[in-house]
Amino acid sequence: MAGNDDYKGYRGEALETLRTFGAMVWSDVDIKTSRGTYTGIILPRSETADALHIVIKLRSGYNIGLAAKSVELITISGRKEAHYKIPEKEFPFDPAKPRVKLLGTGGTIASRLDYRTGAVIPAFSPGELYGSVPELGDICNLETEKLFGVFSENMGPEQYIATAQAIGREIEKGVHGIVIGHGTDTMHHTAAILSFMVQDPPVPIVMVGSQRSSDRPSSDAALNLMHSVKTAAESDIAEVMVCMFGPTSDMYGLLHRGTRVRKMHSSYRSTFRTVGDIPIAMVSREAIMPLRQDYKRRRTDRSVKINTAFEEKVSIVYYYPNMRPDIIDSLIDNGYRGIVIAGTGLGHVNKPLYPALKRARDKGIAVYMTVQTLWGYVQMYVYDTGRDMMELGVIPAANMLPEVAYVKLAWALGQTSDPAEVRRIMLTPIAGEITEREPSNGYLIFQGGIPEVEEFISTIKK
Amino acid sequence: MSEYRFEFKPYAEMTAADYAEVGFRSGLEIHQQLLTEKKLFCRCPAGRYSDHYDAEILRHMRPTLSELGEYDGTALMEFKTKKEIIYRINRETVCTYEMDDTPPFMMDETALDFALGIAMLYSLNLVDELHIARKQYLDGSIPTGFQRTTIVGVTGWVPYKDRRVSIVQLGLEEDACREVSDIGHRRVYLTDRLGMPLIETVTGPDMRTPVEVAEVAQVLRRLVRSTGHVRTGMGAAREDVNVSVRGGTRIEIKGVPRIPRIPLLTYHEAMRQWNLLRLREELHRRGVTPETFRSSSEDVTKILVKTSYEPIRDALAAGAVASAVALRGFRDLLNWQTQTNTRFSREISDRVRVVACLTKLPNMIHSDSLSETLSSSRWDSVRKAVQASSDDVVAVVWGPAEDVKTAVQEIAIRAREAATGVPSETRQALRDGTNGFERILPGPDRMYPDTDLPPKQVTEERLARIRDGLPVPVWTREAWYRERRLPADVVEPLAVSPWAGLFEGLVKDWGIDPVAAAVALIQFPKRLKRKGLDPERLTEAALRRIFALYRDRRISREGVYALMERAARGQDLPEIAEIHPATDEEIYAQVVESAGALKRTKVHDPAKKAHVLMGLVMTALRGRVEGATVRERVEAAAEGTC
Repeated sequence: MAGNDDYKGYRGEALETLRTFGAMVWSDVDIKTSRGTYTGIILPRSETADALHIVIKLRSGYNIGLAAKSVELITISGRKEAHYKIPEKEFPFDPAKPRVKLLGTGGTIASRLDYRTGAVIPAFSPGELYGSVPELGDICNLETEKLFGVFSENMGPEQYIATAQAIGREIEKGVHGIVIGHGTDTMHHTAAILSFMVQDPPVPIVMVGSQRSSDRPSSDAALNLMHSVKTAAESDIAEVMVCMFGPTSDMYGLLHRGTRVRKMHSSYRSTFRTVGDIPIAMVSREAIMPLRQDYKRRRTDRSVKINTAFEEKVSIVYYYPNMRPDIIDSLIDNGYRGIVIAGTGLGHVNKPLYPALKRARDKGIAVYMTVQTLWGYVQMYVYDTGRDMMELGVIPAANMLPEVAYVKLAWALGQTSDPAEVRRIMLTPIAGEITEREPSNGYLIFQGGIPEVEEFISTIKK
Repeated sequence: MSEYRFEFKPYAEMTAADYAEVGFRSGLEIHQQLLTEKKLFCRCPAGRYSDHYDAEILRHMRPTLSELGEYDGTALMEFKTKKEIIYRINRETVCTYEMDDTPPFMMDETALDFALGIAMLYSLNLVDELHIARKQYLDGSIPTGFQRTTIVGVTGWVPYKDRRVSIVQLGLEEDACREVSDIGHRRVYLTDRLGMPLIETVTGPDMRTPVEVAEVAQVLRRLVRSTGHVRTGMGAAREDVNVSVRGGTRIEIKGVPRIPRIPLLTYHEAMRQWNLLRLREELHRRGVTPETFRSSSEDVTKILVKTSYEPIRDALAAGAVASAVALRGFRDLLNWQTQTNTRFSREISDRVRVVACLTKLPNMIHSDSLSETLSSSRWDSVRKAVQASSDDVVAVVWGPAEDVKTAVQEIAIRAREAATGVPSETRQALRDGTNGFERILPGPDRMYPDTDLPPKQVTEERLARIRDGLPVPVWTREAWYRERRLPADVVEPLAVSPWAGLFEGLVKDWGIDPVAAAVALIQFPKRLKRKGLDPERLTEAALRRIFALYRDRRISREGVYALMERAARGQDLPEIAEIHPATDEEIYAQVVESAGALKRTKVHDPAKKAHVLMGLVMTALRGRVEGATVRERVEAAAEGTC
């Protein structure tokens, strides 16, 4: 009895046609249509593709789609099912090398290709990673554990808490360093929340991902993996960090403090940048070079503070001109306990919102102000509007990034409802989310097209 | 009894029967750029070439394991070379897509239309839904490490002589970077050409002699050019040739510079394969098989430090090391001839160059070499170090330690392959018609779907629209031209000329004499070029005006040329009203005036007077009268000037 998987993904007209001839997925076939005859293997149909075409893989390796309605005859000459079994290769063990644990949360840091079917199969076990990136064997003894597998935009408190607890366990067991594989879209959100949920770790905790899918030869995955594992194994930086490319060239990676890093471009390899300060260090295959000295150092003890509080009813509001107070009102009416505003300029919103802000304060809702410009401090004394808002209970969050303020407020409200206590937590920096000063090289955005900039770019590799 | 008794003759002496004897088979893969404004998967302008660049990017390529846990052969080879790849970026021609920092944009619709049209001319079975695939390349010629490519149609044909050559498939894909240099471990590319739309036409291995391959290449070239949808000029079309012989392997030769070079290249490849098969026979006779193959190697740096052989002496002085490899049972076999003026040792030294990155030549010497290398006493020391017997040959390589280590492995690998037969490779065409190793031939396995782009349906409406706009096939046009008795040297150029359609209209609709039209459209522009003018300035509209005058007998053939010349100079064509044929009175008056002028000048040869007078009159009456009419008057007048 043919099961569902025998016609995997096919629906409607295409399914009917295949059924008529008993041509299941993976069959070797000759398909005669009104346009001609085609020879190949029937492949599964993608869920997002239409119900009108049948996909076959030709001998040359190319896939083509044939209109089901044009099919006159399908002759089957054989069938070989696909089995995605990946042979294990042992990760070499060296008692002299440090033990590093790689936690998987999603994203594909390494993969294999099933050329017969064209599938990209994630490679994750130590053996599989060793097969893809054998250089890791020179750096450490690697263990892996898949915590869960979600696209990073689907991350939430459930995942943050599970990750923080897993980190706590590993530190207790005496791991030398931790690497966390993560999708890049919300890597900075997770890096921030982990900086609060996991305080004063004795070892490096390095988040890593890849901007370009790991199945392609040019992917940044392998180098990012090498850099992050090296950091976890060898560096003395005991903080939550993000490790991704510096320039878009294969040159060096950067170690960014988890509370000051942000994804700044939708696709560039060099998308992650430290905002309002400089990164902690540069990392290459040969060396880790700190760019500053004010980082927490590695310790030999196994203690760490794990605090997995998280209040879900917190929102970020991205202010725009002509915003109506009903946006804020609806948050209040829906029981939100905290609001982070990304205001314009030094932290401004328009006057019509004031009544709603007042209402929020009266209901005991915590409201914090950050800046849309990302760089720079909130400074609400300069203009009347700012002063008015502070009277209404809006608290300036210094130079905390909006996303970081969001997760921190959720974390704070998960611990207490007392506004004064929440405020103390929010405004006391734990892991660099607020800095006392912004150095002049904290905001270095070169403008393309300027002659001296173009000259500079042309003399170095980006 | 040897299976491979046949001895290759010099190229000019080989016959069709000889090629049949060796089982010669050859097919073509032709890459042709399409004439679009934009590139295939982004909005950058296509067709702009420049050596200027604004920035450089450094990348490395890593192979992806297949499900079997093995690397594809090519991928492994490229990985071994550990190249640093530098891409030169020009802002005008490249965006973040080419840099592989942005996902692809939707496919250019014009490129797809052009590809479908050509596929129809090849009578291919078109696909209903396009699926874009990733074809991996690890040499760095594409920054992503793969080329986006798709199949538009399969199983078609073109006519050739009295038979048909099969077209296996037509693909639409993006072009790759242009290589600037490849030295040691560093390869540099320019990215201007990257991403331009290409069609790839693959024929079956239907050609049976080298000349047939070149002729079929011409047939295909002319067919695509007849659409007007392909780019012309240097590098716009590249031919790759596949060659195999009986018992050999399908080998691809890339980088064939021009179609006329194809016959010699395919001849040499057939010879190379045949001679490698004979080499295999000899090895087997000596008891050397892939299983019994033995080699050994030793570091011989200390032995060679004092040699007078410059390449090694200088390298070692600069800190290089040297190793010797003994190939058991291979005595004299490194001198085995493979191609004209080429020996088996080159097969090995090519691998050393490409895979071990020892790019400075010479990169290898051996103990049976016919040229002077080491002294015989030094060879003896080297042979002793590696325990070579008199049945063995010893090869020596030198360079940086890591590269020499790779080289030693590659020498053994290639030597062992000789006992198997012809290894699967991609070869590169060389100027003298021979070929060299380029890389291990990738299997069909290195392709997988590009999930960045959805499948694309090819609708009936689209196909109907394209079908309506298709030109008449080239061979049909040529047959008609011959019927109308066009001169032989005009038939082929006219069939692919952009004026073919205009020509048809002039002859069929306006009744203009086909020979006159053809000569004007094809031969006269050459004359314009020789005068330093640009025939590309001639527009169809201008030509129509000119021929309309000719049709109405207001100008002569000379007049057509004169006006074409004006148009090519960018001058305006005179108003129709201004053009009228010369009247008898005008002709008479002009002859008299010119004769008068002639009287005042000295003519060297009196017999030529008529001729000179003719020239003067025709110039003055340019285009407004037929020569024959003037001649009578002139001859009469010329007599009068004596």
